[in-house]
Amino acid sequence: MDTLPPPDSGSAAVPLTSRQLRELYSLMVAVRHLDSSAVAWQRQGIIPGYAPELGQEAAQVGSGYAVDLARDFVFPTYREMGVARAMGVDMVAYMATHKATWHGGLYDPIESRLAPIQAVVAGSVLHAVGWAHGQTLAGRDGVAMSYFGDGASSQGDVHEAMNFAAVMKAPVVFFVQNNGWAISVPADRQVAGGSVAARAGGYGIPAIRIDGNDVVAVFEATRRALAHCRAGNGPVLVEAMTYRRGPHSTSDDPGRYRSLAEERDGAGADPLERFRQRLLADGTADEAFFAAAMADAKAEEEEIRAGIQALGPRPGEEMFSLVFQETTPVLQAQAAIWREESEHV
Amino acid sequence: MSNAIVESGATVRHGAEEGGPGENGREQLSMQQALNRALDEVLAESPKTLVFGEDCGRLGGVFRITDGLQAKYGETRVFDTPLAESGILGMAVGLAMAGFQPIPEVQFDGFAYPAINQIVCQIGRMNYRSRGTLPMPITLRVPSFGGIRAPEHHGESLEALFAHVPGLKVVSPSNPHEAYHLLKYAATRPDPVIFMEPKSRYWQKDGVDVSHGGSPTGAKVMRPGRHLTLVAWGAMVGRCLQVADLAAEDGVDVEVLDLRWLKPIDAETLATSVRKTRRAVVVHEAPLTSGLGAEVAQLITQGCFDTLKAPVERVTGFDVPYPSGDLEDEYIPNIDRILNGIQRVLEYRRG
Repeated sequence: MDTLPPPDSGSAAVPLTSRQLRELYSLMVAVRHLDSSAVAWQRQGIIPGYAPELGQEAAQVGSGYAVDLARDFVFPTYREMGVARAMGVDMVAYMATHKATWHGGLYDPIESRLAPIQAVVAGSVLHAVGWAHGQTLAGRDGVAMSYFGDGASSQGDVHEAMNFAAVMKAPVVFFVQNNGWAISVPADRQVAGGSVAARAGGYGIPAIRIDGNDVVAVFEATRRALAHCRAGNGPVLVEAMTYRRGPHSTSDDPGRYRSLAEERDGAGADPLERFRQRLLADGTADEAFFAAAMADAKAEEEEIRAGIQALGPRPGEEMFSLVFQETTPVLQAQAAIWREESEHV
Repeated sequence: MSNAIVESGATVRHGAEEGGPGENGREQLSMQQALNRALDEVLAESPKTLVFGEDCGRLGGVFRITDGLQAKYGETRVFDTPLAESGILGMAVGLAMAGFQPIPEVQFDGFAYPAINQIVCQIGRMNYRSRGTLPMPITLRVPSFGGIRAPEHHGESLEALFAHVPGLKVVSPSNPHEAYHLLKYAATRPDPVIFMEPKSRYWQKDGVDVSHGGSPTGAKVMRPGRHLTLVAWGAMVGRCLQVADLAAEDGVDVEVLDLRWLKPIDAETLATSVRKTRRAVVVHEAPLTSGLGAEVAQLITQGCFDTLKAPVERVTGFDVPYPSGDLEDEYIPNIDRILNGIQRVLEYRRG
C-alpha cells in the first residue's frame, strides 16, 4: 500500500551512496549486538530489565537514519534503542533508563532531538502532533516522528492524534512498527482490518506500508514521508511490517503464547543477514568490512557496558528538585525531612 | 509561604460604574470579564502564549471566557480544536515541548476525565522525566464546581484528584479580582497549573483592582474574625462570607480564609488563622471522603493541636454522584449547613 504522492523534488529520491549503505549496516550490527548484550546484562544482574528490539533493526535504524537532527524531533516508546543509536544519542545515557537510573533516560532531549523514553503505550503520539503544530505556528520546517506499534494502535489517543494532525495539517510522521505482537496478543487479534496503514485513509492521511525488514526500503519511505510533511502537506503514516523476534521484555516468556515454529515462520528472514547478502551481492561491502563492523560493535558495547556499570544512582535530592521548575514550600519541607531522617544531611 | 493578606474590604459591592475605575482604583467586572481581560493581556505580553480548546475560537467559549480573543490575536494564537480532551491536553504537552505556553481549556470539569491520562502521566511528569529540560508551562482552565443546574458531568469538583498528582499545582479564584490576578500569575508560570474557575460566579460583578493584586501565592484572609475560621475556595468563599455576615448578627465573629492555592496549600496562613480563632470549619462542594477538607483538617490539627477548642469540622458535598439540578441545592453546602457546622464546633465540649 502506498498512497503517498511522489516527492516534488528529486532530493527525496536520490539513491543511498555506498558509504551510506555501509553506515546503515554498521548501525544495524551495533544495534543488534548492543540489544542482545543488554539481554545478557540483565541475566548477569547489570541491569534489572530490558525491552529487546531483536528483529526490528532495519525498521529502527532505517527510519532513525532519515531524521534531520537539525530540524526534526522524535517521540520514542520504550523499545526504540535502534532509533536512538541511529540518531547518535549517547547510549549510556539512553540505556540508563534500563539501569533504572532515571525513567526518561539521562540524555538531553533537546540536544539529541529525542523525547524522553515513554512508558505509556501511545502516550507520546499526541505530543508529536502538538510539537509538529508548533512548527507550523513558528514558521519552522521541522517534522515530528512519532513511533508506536500495532498494540498502541488500539489506543484512543492514536485516533485523536491522527484526527488532530489531519485537521491541522501538522507535519508529523506516524511511524508504526507492526511487529506482530503486543506482549502475548498477535496483531490479528489487535488490529481490526489487519492494517494500521489502511486506517490513515479515513483521516485523509497518505500512508505507505513497507517491508520493515528491508532497511533501504524503510529509509526511503521515511525520507519520502519527511519530505512530504516538510513541504507543508500535513501528516503521513508509515507502517513498517516487522517481527518482534525476542520476548516483550526480559521478564516475558514467549513460549507461553507462541511456538518456535510459529516464531520462525512469522519472523521470516533476518533483516541483518538479508542486508549483508545484498551488500555482498552488489559489491558494496566485503567480508573484511563485515568483520570490522562486528569488531566495532563489540568495542562499542564494551564501552557502553562499562559506562552503565560505572553509573551510580542519582542523588536522592533530584526526587524533589526536578518535580517543578519552581519548587513549593511543601516539597522543600518533605525534602528536608527526607535528608534528616535518611541521614543524607 | 507566609503571604496572608488581610483584606477587610475584599467584598466591595458598591461604588464603581460598570467597566470604569471606581473608588480605590477598582473596576466593576464579572469574573468572565476579569478572566477574559487576563487572557487578553497574557496573549499581548507573551507571543508564546496560545489559547485553545473546544469552541474557544470563533465562539469565544461556551462561557465566553475567550470572547473576542481570536479576532484580536488570530487563528494561530487562539484556536478551536477537535472535540477530544485527551487530544487537547496531549497536544498541549507537545506545544510546551516546542517552547510555547499553552492555555488549554476543557469545557467543563467532567470533561477533564477523558484527559486524565495526559494530565497525570504526561503533564505532571514531563519536567521530572526530562530532568527539567522540558518544562510544562501549561495552564489548564477548567470551568468547575456546581450550582448552575447543568447536565450530568458539568458540576464536578476535581481539586482533590488534581492535588494528589505530583507535578501539578492547583488554584481556584473566588471572585473577579482574584480571577484576574491568579490567572495572570498562573499563565506565566513555568509549571503546570490546574485553574479551577467557579462557573456559578462567572456572571457576578465585583471590584477588580488591576494594578494592585497583592501576593499571587498562598491563602488570603477575606474577612478577619476572632471566634472561628471558615476555610473555603472557589464559589464557597462567597457563601462563607454570607454566612459570616449572618453569624455576626448572633455575635459570632467568623474569619473567612480563601485557600486560593489548593496545591501547594499555604499551611502557615491556615495555622496562623486557626491559632487565633482556635476553631475551624472547612467547606467544599466535593464529596466528603478523601476530599481536600481532610487534608486541610490535618494541616490545621498539625499546626494548632495545642490550641484547638474542637475537632475541625467539614461541611461538604456528599459521597454521591453529583445530582441533577433539582437536587443540587441539597448537595452543595448551603448557609444552614455551614451555620450548623459552625454551631457544632462552637458547642463542642471535651469529654
